[in-house]
Amino acid sequence: MRPFTYERATSVADALRRTAGASREGERTAYLAGGTNLIDHLRLGIRETDRLIDVSHLDLTEVTELEEGGLRIGALARNADVAAHPLVRRTFPVVSAAMLAGASGQLRNMATMGGNLLQRTRCVYFQDLSTPCNKRDPGSGCSAIEGLGTYNALIGTSDSCVAVHPSDLCVALAALDVTVVVEGPLGERRIDFADLHRLPGDRPERDTTLERSELITAIEIAGPGFARRSRYRKLRERASYAFATVSVAAALEVRDGQVADVRIGLGGVSHKPHRALRAEEVLRGGPATHEAYAAAIAVEMEQARPGPDNGYKVTQLRRAVPAVLSALTEETA
Amino acid sequence: MDHAVGGTSHLSTKLVVNGHPQELRHDVRVTLLDALRDHLGVTSVKKGCDHGQCGACTVLVDGRRVVSCLSLTASLDGAEVVTAEGLGTPDELSDLQQAFVDRDGLQCGYCTPGQVCSAQAMLAEVAAGMPSHVTEPGALTDPDTAVELTDEEIRERMSGNLCRCGAYVNIVAAIRDTAARRAGTGAQP
Repeated sequence: MRPFTYERATSVADALRRTAGASREGERTAYLAGGTNLIDHLRLGIRETDRLIDVSHLDLTEVTELEEGGLRIGALARNADVAAHPLVRRTFPVVSAAMLAGASGQLRNMATMGGNLLQRTRCVYFQDLSTPCNKRDPGSGCSAIEGLGTYNALIGTSDSCVAVHPSDLCVALAALDVTVVVEGPLGERRIDFADLHRLPGDRPERDTTLERSELITAIEIAGPGFARRSRYRKLRERASYAFATVSVAAALEVRDGQVADVRIGLGGVSHKPHRALRAEEVLRGGPATHEAYAAAIAVEMEQARPGPDNGYKVTQLRRAVPAVLSALTEETA
Repeated sequence: MDHAVGGTSHLSTKLVVNGHPQELRHDVRVTLLDALRDHLGVTSVKKGCDHGQCGACTVLVDGRRVVSCLSLTASLDGAEVVTAEGLGTPDELSDLQQAFVDRDGLQCGYCTPGQVCSAQAMLAEVAAGMPSHVTEPGALTDPDTAVELTDEEIRERMSGNLCRCGAYVNIVAAIRDTAARRAGTGAQP
């Protein structure tokens, strides 16, 4: 690891003050929370910092109820604790299920909610310093476009980057009404989850719309109540402890055989957690049948631009999405 | 801790390791894994991948299993750390360690300290009712449902510990035996 200094923030304001001070000195900073991604990247040289500001001891770990059945989850709550939390399990099972599908018992004990949102792509070229990568080294080129394309994105890619977002949790959050609460030099900012992550465009080095010093303090999940019936399904190359090839988070409300409301999040398909808005629109008000679900994901996949190696992801999604929605339909019946 | 105002490149950290208070002065970049092995001589903790992918470095920090290769010592001031040595000794193995011996839950043994620490914490997680990826949807949404520790549950919950010898079948058996024995005797997990 390149040398850095360590300091422990005593409050959110203290963390922001330290970052601002470093910025004035021309020093780079990084916030340390669970460290499961950052420590690895510091060691590999994917990330360098002059000052490591430890925010992991701040009191941001509570899970509390909001009005109308929503939940507020502190940014430093550990993945394992949130996944096992009774309120989360009862209210938004898809959130628990998504987190339990990710990483290992050890890593879930360490990883935080805020850090999960900010984890970086597992594109093999991003993690291999011997190869060009626009995300790691802007302007150096993209090795994945012409290289091994098995894990590349299907939707929203650019000439600069075809990487996918790796988080399971974020796929579930994409399917729900989520606000990310951040603190920055100008105070609190509330960001719609859909606006937190960005498509690569010609700036793939930026994963999110956060400003450099901003710190995520909480994640707020509002109703809808029908998310009590929600599921997560992850497809991967081994049964456990692997990143998704694709994944599906879905919540469904069926009334009189019709889809009253539906939410679908897709993982492994884009640079950001993908909400399948086109499929949702096709489904609302229509019949709650397997055929309708298959037709809806087919519409969603019209925007997919698979390369030579990742067309299988389209096939996986065309099977997995109807399967998950049908399972939820049976649960309702 | 001597870094209340600015940053520091070296500092002193206090840990309780296997019940013994320790204080070490270290570069702030030192991981818990390197602190245990190189500073404190606790060599049961193994460096496998050093990237959080293999679980060989698993230890308990304040009772929770973590990978020590991705844990920064600087952040752990005051923490209680337990390694395989803290669970039992060669003369007095813990029930779980004895079960690994009885069931041949190892071949080369390199992953075993991590496996044992991970299993110890995993059984506590099960006792606390924490769900897993293979928990049925109906049980996931009902937090009062007790976890039934099937072999499928053991395999899923232990997937963060790799064994390149492939002793998995016997590792699962050792954990299953231990869970059953503890349930039978009413012992704490």
